[in-house]
Amino acid sequence: MRENGILRIVARFLIPLIMLFGLYIQFHGEYSPGGGFQAGVVVAAGWILFALIYGLEAALKVIPERVMYVLAAFGVLLYAITGLMGVILGGRYLDFYPLLPGEHAAQQFGIITVEFGVGVTVATVVMLIFTYFARRKSEWEALSEEEPE
Amino acid sequence: MTVLGFFNYWVVIILMMIGLYCVIARGNMIKKIIGLNLFQTSVFILFISAGKVVGGSTPILREGVEVYSNPLPHVLILTAIVVGVAITAVGLALAVRIQEAYGTIEDDHLGDDGEDDGPFEEEQRG
Amino acid sequence: MAIVDLMPFSVLAPLIASGVVALLPGRFWPWAITLLAAIVATVIAALTLPAALESTLSYPFGNWPPPIGIEYRVDAANAFVALLVAGMAALSLPWAKVSIDREVPERQGAFYALFLLALAGLLGITLTGDAFNVFVFLEISSLATYALIAHGRDRRALLASFRYLIMGTIGATFLLIGIALLYMMTGTLNMADLAVRLPEVQHTRTVDAALAFIVVGMGLKLAMLPLHLWLPNAYAYAPNFVTIFLAGTATKVALYVMVRFIFTVFGGEYSFTVLPLAIVLMALGVAGMFAGSWVAMFQDHLKRMLAYSSVAQVGYMVLGVSLFSAAGLTAAFLHMFNHALIKVALFMAVGTIMYRIGSIKLQDIRGLGRQMPWTLTAFALAGLSIIGVPTTAGFISKWYLILAAAEAGHWWLVGLIVITSMMAVYYIWRVIEAAWMQERPAGSPAVREAPLALLAPTWLMVALNFYFGIDTRLTVGASTAAAEALLGVGGLMP
Repeated sequence: MRENGILRIVARFLIPLIMLFGLYIQFHGEYSPGGGFQAGVVVAAGWILFALIYGLEAALKVIPERVMYVLAAFGVLLYAITGLMGVILGGRYLDFYPLLPGEHAAQQFGIITVEFGVGVTVATVVMLIFTYFARRKSEWEALSEEEPE
Repeated sequence: MTVLGFFNYWVVIILMMIGLYCVIARGNMIKKIIGLNLFQTSVFILFISAGKVVGGSTPILREGVEVYSNPLPHVLILTAIVVGVAITAVGLALAVRIQEAYGTIEDDHLGDDGEDDGPFEEEQRG
Repeated sequence: MAIVDLMPFSVLAPLIASGVVALLPGRFWPWAITLLAAIVATVIAALTLPAALESTLSYPFGNWPPPIGIEYRVDAANAFVALLVAGMAALSLPWAKVSIDREVPERQGAFYALFLLALAGLLGITLTGDAFNVFVFLEISSLATYALIAHGRDRRALLASFRYLIMGTIGATFLLIGIALLYMMTGTLNMADLAVRLPEVQHTRTVDAALAFIVVGMGLKLAMLPLHLWLPNAYAYAPNFVTIFLAGTATKVALYVMVRFIFTVFGGEYSFTVLPLAIVLMALGVAGMFAGSWVAMFQDHLKRMLAYSSVAQVGYMVLGVSLFSAAGLTAAFLHMFNHALIKVALFMAVGTIMYRIGSIKLQDIRGLGRQMPWTLTAFALAGLSIIGVPTTAGFISKWYLILAAAEAGHWWLVGLIVITSMMAVYYIWRVIEAAWMQERPAGSPAVREAPLALLAPTWLMVALNFYFGIDTRLTVGASTAAAEALLGVGGLMP
């Protein structure tokens, strides 16, 4: 779809906005509607739009598959370790109060960190799902092109 | 309340039945997954409509608002939606691999798989 | 650190480990970390059980007090099931190494990460005291299970996995509908809180419908007779290790959820009057015992045979629940535990055969008894246990089931249990007969005994079958406590 001028220009226009919106949802998640799930999906949607228009290869140059895979596990671990910090500092699992001196600061810090982990994992997992399906198709096309010869 | 007063529940029931019918009656695996999605969505609507408080506003703390809708069902359903997406992804991935292994995703063409139709890949070892 | 602070880590250990294992390359470290996580979970579960027998433990997450926050609430019933699940994982993992190297040669990190997710999900279901959490963990473990089954080498594993996905999702969604209806009526999701608030709104149609949805939904995951169709193929074509793990844990956890909702949340008295559960569960249980055993008698594929036998064993457990007495529930929990021991041992033996000869059709194992004596002896001994020969674990649970049936005045059930045990004799005997009484077909290659890495865990399981057939203090004690814990909340103590 790279040849289509309208698509390319509109996408170039939209993708930064989508990403920005994703970040907005991510970092406002602790006191207004939003959070990691939604932000992750929005960011991934921006990337998928990019992949649809510029092709999967170009999109994988932005973020290689291996990086996605590592980031997905990293997000889960960030969540888990933030939860563990509460235990190590003398509270319960996912207990944020011991993390920082102020009550509100501690809760905000905890929620933002955890939601960041969630956001990273959701975004990369959605990208991975897209990548696997999209690549199957290109492999398939390559196969069916070879077959007649 | 009149019958129309339960409007949302009628929607839930109709969607649920369409979804279940799709899952049971359709042989095509993609259609089965679509049916499954419809079925789950109906439950999401059921849950969400339970959280609506008549006259309530969005559950954000601000001045001049006393009555809030219940935010909990939204949070729960967000989780359930993620679960639904994951199930769809796994189902579609399986459908792709079934297509590659069998050449079809129509249940009718697959036949019953009670009998061996291919040797195990493991080689015999002495 | 008090045990209650340690308790949630039997779920968190596999969960955290799955994130680590997913990143590990190679074949050794993913397995080693997985084994470590399973052992940690088992040790914690084992430490929790004695404490839970004394009093109900509660762990509020994030220090938010329940019912606002999510809590893990552990009494004798969940502690017992959690120990069973974690223990089966830890016992089957040593067997897995050699077998998985053969069956899943690539990307083992991802495979073991999925396994850990399934384990964490199952443990989460058992430990949590929050109804919605049950649904989430159920789906985590189910999704991981679908993917694990699809790892089977046979292409029919994909079909089996897809069908399980469809049926399992419908089952889990039914559970979600039930939870939604309960939430609409009470405004809470905490199970203990639900149990307190439900009596006020009892006998409304909504609550009745919720009970029906939850029983049917869990019946699907449990493979109760008419809803068992996903099970035989899923067990037959999954990688052997996955079959072993599922046979030991998945259906048991579903039964636990069903029992937990029937007795703790709704209260046994209410459940058994609103729905004709006593009759329905008894009929389905007996039908499952017969249909499962009957079909198993004519299976040539050994894993399918054992899978149908599992349907029959689930029938015994459901029968125990249907009696609605402390004795019946004790028998159900006891059979849950003992059946896990038996089936894990049997599937290990069958998996070992498959590892050597690449097939587990009845005609292919003819005369194998002399070439793989240790493997087939293990199979035969575990077979004795599933038949219910005295001094084996299988005997203990059937004995308690018979006692419970007699106590309830259903003497005819005793006859039925004995008849189905005879059917078990037949399907186990067919294998023994083929392996020892028949000659190895001419031209088939000579087979060596299986490697020690597979034999040792198999024999350990066989030994456990006999150990728990003789020393029943742990199993019977914990099962009785579990039954009392479930019935006590419902307000009925015989």
